[in-house]
Amino acid sequence: MSTTTAPAAARSPRGIALTAVVILAALGIPLVANSYQLEVLSEAWFYVLLCLGLNIVVGYAGLLDLGYAAFFAVGAYTAGLVTLKLGLSFWLSLPLAVIAASIAGVVIGGPTLRLRSDYLAIVTLGFGEMVRITVRNLSVTGGASGLVGISRPWLFGYKLNSIGSYYYIFLALALLAVVASHRLERSRIGRAWKYVRSDEDAARAMGINHATIKLSAYVMGAIFAAIGGCFYAAKMTAIAPETFTFNQSLLILLGVVLGGRGKIPGVILGAIVVVVAPELFRDIGSMRMLVFALSLLLIMLLRPAGIWPERWRWG
Amino acid sequence: MPLQEILLQQLANGLILGSFYALVALGYSMVYGVIKLLNFAHGDLYMVGAFAGFGCLSLFSGWLGAGWAGIVPSILLSMVAVGLLGVVIDRIAYRPLREAPKLSVLITALAVSMVLENTVLAFTGGQFTAFSTDLGFAGIDLGLVHVTYTQMVLVGTSIVLMVVLELFVSRTRYGRAMRAIAIDPDACRLMGIDVNRTIALTFFIGSALAAASGVLAGVYYGSINFFMGFLIGLKAFTAAVIGGIGNIPGAMLGGLLLGLLEAFGTQIPGIGGQWKDVFVFAFLILFLVFRPTGILGKPEVERM
Repeated sequence: MSTTTAPAAARSPRGIALTAVVILAALGIPLVANSYQLEVLSEAWFYVLLCLGLNIVVGYAGLLDLGYAAFFAVGAYTAGLVTLKLGLSFWLSLPLAVIAASIAGVVIGGPTLRLRSDYLAIVTLGFGEMVRITVRNLSVTGGASGLVGISRPWLFGYKLNSIGSYYYIFLALALLAVVASHRLERSRIGRAWKYVRSDEDAARAMGINHATIKLSAYVMGAIFAAIGGCFYAAKMTAIAPETFTFNQSLLILLGVVLGGRGKIPGVILGAIVVVVAPELFRDIGSMRMLVFALSLLLIMLLRPAGIWPERWRWG
Repeated sequence: MPLQEILLQQLANGLILGSFYALVALGYSMVYGVIKLLNFAHGDLYMVGAFAGFGCLSLFSGWLGAGWAGIVPSILLSMVAVGLLGVVIDRIAYRPLREAPKLSVLITALAVSMVLENTVLAFTGGQFTAFSTDLGFAGIDLGLVHVTYTQMVLVGTSIVLMVVLELFVSRTRYGRAMRAIAIDPDACRLMGIDVNRTIALTFFIGSALAAASGVLAGVYYGSINFFMGFLIGLKAFTAAVIGGIGNIPGAMLGGLLLGLLEAFGTQIPGIGGQWKDVFVFAFLILFLVFRPTGILGKPEVERM
């Protein structure tokens, strides 16, 4: 059955050709772009990863997570602590970050998702603040100034320390996230997420445990962000609590909602818009969030499913 | 300071903080009770209220002075203005989505909150605005602590507003209509209740209470900023959950309890001021685990 539910474009020769052209273009960009453009595009790929992760929670499972940056912080600080304080390899921080994010996800999501799922929105908001305040207050995480001097990882004998290498790292992560999202969406659990999203009672009547299914979406989203956070720490070499504010969570959510929640190409588009638009319109500067806020409001009122919507009707 | 004095001082601080929380939590809880919407913009209405009150006071202080003679009309005007803003928000943003899935409404509420916050940010440039008044520190000495008249008026005003609201909701036609809509809006429509108007009224009252709280907080703390609504919105929600969301006495109780908890929490060694917000949210999560319906709430499962 899953073959018939796949979007026609992804299976058609034209869709495949288009995807190939986009990937080839993305691979070739470092040959022509300057380092500023590479910096912006790397961030765009990074946001694609984060937005696709949040899309699992918001798009597939229909839950609102307002503290997504907290999991991004969990990943970044795990990488920072593992390399700086424990002196271990960067690559070891990936499994540790995944474990840490999963535990945090279960602790926050477990009690909340059993109840009304709209509580999740505000509890995650509180959680996001808790994580930020905690890393700011603890001395092991470097307090308000954060962690500096995180060492760059080695990959196949190369030290990853140019912007070009991070461009490819984030592009690879974004592509991995696309494949993972695509596979998850079509898996048994992905169908359960969407079933619970569209009719929770019917899903429960069919024997789906709604709380477990929602929790699995929440934790899966957390894992995407934690992995992203590890690589973010490796690229920046310095992390500070103020990177992981509520505004950061909002920007990621904005990418998902503007683009089209539940639809992979839509979310990719949204993530790129969120990163690239402020760079193109430098003049708006401090008004950036106001412009984003107004566009979010307008899109919710006029085109609630996003710019490139999923075929399913959000109502 | 002797222990007894610290405790009494924190009791006073907690009650004042708690009455701010309670006023905001009331509006949160009322709107949630009636249309099951978590109005993220509610904390921002508190912030807008503080700025509206500040604007009014700047206008009035010329001929009424910046004492209570100027503050009282500022509070009332700010309540009316922000109440109307709440109605406009409901009309533009929430009413078109009355039948939409919860997620869409939640995101819209978030968007409204961002718009309010960033509009004020654009106008104030993110600076703290000094909210200066002529209220001195005159007051009475109750044993070991000095309680100023301002503090007494703040707590008194909050209590009066809460009692009036409780009477309004439990005794009047409009209050009965609100309670009926909370149970079944479709049946209300069939019974000839103007559902949209009643919801607008709910938004008006909730927003006006948030504005009152905002002006009072500005008067008390002496400074306001565009970001002041964010944390209080979160804490008001916490207060509403602790008391039992949708329940008016519960919101008051939750607000006061949270205020006291925070005031005393800062005194516990190892928690202190920098950890107080973490402490409050941890408390929220514990409450959700062990008593999700709150102190006064009735057991309820998500509506089928």
